[in-house]
Amino acid sequence: MSTVSVRIPTILRTYTGGESEVSAEGGTLRAVVADLEASYSGISARILDDGGKIRRFVNVYVGDEDVRFAEGLDTPTPSGTQISIIPAVAGG
Amino acid sequence: MALTSATNLGPATALTCRECGHSRDLGPHYACEECFGPLEISYDFGDVTRASIEAGPRNIWRYKGLLPVPSDIEETPNTEPGLTRLVRADRLAGNLGLAKLWVKDDSGNPTHSFKDRVVAVALAAARELGFQVLACPSTGNLANAVAAAAARAGIRSAVFVPSDLEAQKIITTAVYGGTFVTVDGNYDDVNRLASEIAGEQEDWAFVNVNVRPYYAEGSKTLGYEIAEQLGWRLPDQIVVPVASGSQLTKIDKAFQELIKLGLVEDKPYRVFGAQAAGCDPVAHAFKQGWDVFRPVKPATIAKSLAIGNPADGTYVLDVARRTGGTVEDVTDEQVVEGIRLLAATEGIFGETAGGVTVGVLKKLTESGVLDPSAETVIINSGDGLKTLDAVAPVVAPTATIAPTLAAFRAAGIA
Repeated sequence: MSTVSVRIPTILRTYTGGESEVSAEGGTLRAVVADLEASYSGISARILDDGGKIRRFVNVYVGDEDVRFAEGLDTPTPSGTQISIIPAVAGG
Repeated sequence: MALTSATNLGPATALTCRECGHSRDLGPHYACEECFGPLEISYDFGDVTRASIEAGPRNIWRYKGLLPVPSDIEETPNTEPGLTRLVRADRLAGNLGLAKLWVKDDSGNPTHSFKDRVVAVALAAARELGFQVLACPSTGNLANAVAAAAARAGIRSAVFVPSDLEAQKIITTAVYGGTFVTVDGNYDDVNRLASEIAGEQEDWAFVNVNVRPYYAEGSKTLGYEIAEQLGWRLPDQIVVPVASGSQLTKIDKAFQELIKLGLVEDKPYRVFGAQAAGCDPVAHAFKQGWDVFRPVKPATIAKSLAIGNPADGTYVLDVARRTGGTVEDVTDEQVVEGIRLLAATEGIFGETAGGVTVGVLKKLTESGVLDPSAETVIINSGDGLKTLDAVAPVVAPTATIAPTLAAFRAAGIA
């Protein structure tokens, strides 16, 4: 089982008891999100839409890579990977 | 960071999600807690008339009754941007075969780009919400504007830019003092970093991240000014550069507000977006008929437009389609050609974003997409002195001669 670290944006910290960074298990981003949901009930529905896809206004990075440039929810998350969840509406 | 009884954001009443409609109280929020969608300011506009605006100061604060800023905004030190000239561009119009063309020349702002408008509004919101530091990720123009505004306001600035930025934009940021960090990455990397820092440094107002709903409203003043300077009426067509897409969507919002407030006559207008081919996610999506764009990795000399994952790109598609406009792109060669054309016909030296806009104006005119008989406005959003590298290889003195009349005659330039 691979253990990864996930950075939680401010608006999701109500789910993580205020924690800005949490650990999760899973070999792909999809498995990591499922594990987050197991620990922090309700968080998955904030990250994924009703169709199970990453919400349009959420950016997820595995390491330095925006997963939209990688394999989306199927992006591999080897042990030790740093994952960041960030609101997309920023910049310019 | 929270509202207190002293917080004064003028006519602003709430933050409402543009996607799902969920509303929350005004505060330092930018993404919807339900769906992560962008939050927009809701207002209760009071009695705003042409006369009340015209009696105001000769800067954007003449529109303070339409902005999320305190009613005494003029009393606090700020850069007082706006009311830049609207230039009747007959020679450029003649060159392209257009009947009537205007250039809204926003290089005339205090730090020489439209960014002074948005930063002035963000600064006011940051003060009201209790932030201590004015910060941003930037492609350069915003860096200038934030560093200058913070210096004038006497607060700390923290500015983050890609390290490969034009030397002019590095120097014109560093000169104001403040914390200034160059990051080894592209703008989208810097933007991501800023979003993560904003989650850690709670008293830092990243103008285009955690106070973005307020900041973005500053671009409405471009639309208000164009209408007022045209004699309180709307143009038929407008061409706007697209980086994040916020400037374009807020100009449209301004036109819509002016119509609703009865300050201009309701009429159709078409909004056109301009991108560089090396960073064309919105233009590409428009041409493909997509509702949502696909992010790209930028590669263009138009660095101020080099945002591969534009926050308001989807809304640009909506505005262009709703108004009968398009989103078009031009190559870097056409950008340089656009800069030179604007300079040679109107005496206006625009930056690369201006070159993109002129290039797209030319392309859309030649392809018949723009109506040549309709009154058209284009935005020059920044100053060519900040992007000298773009034209340095292709412009030069006509001749270099000895200080003698003989040499002048011999050079054949009489």
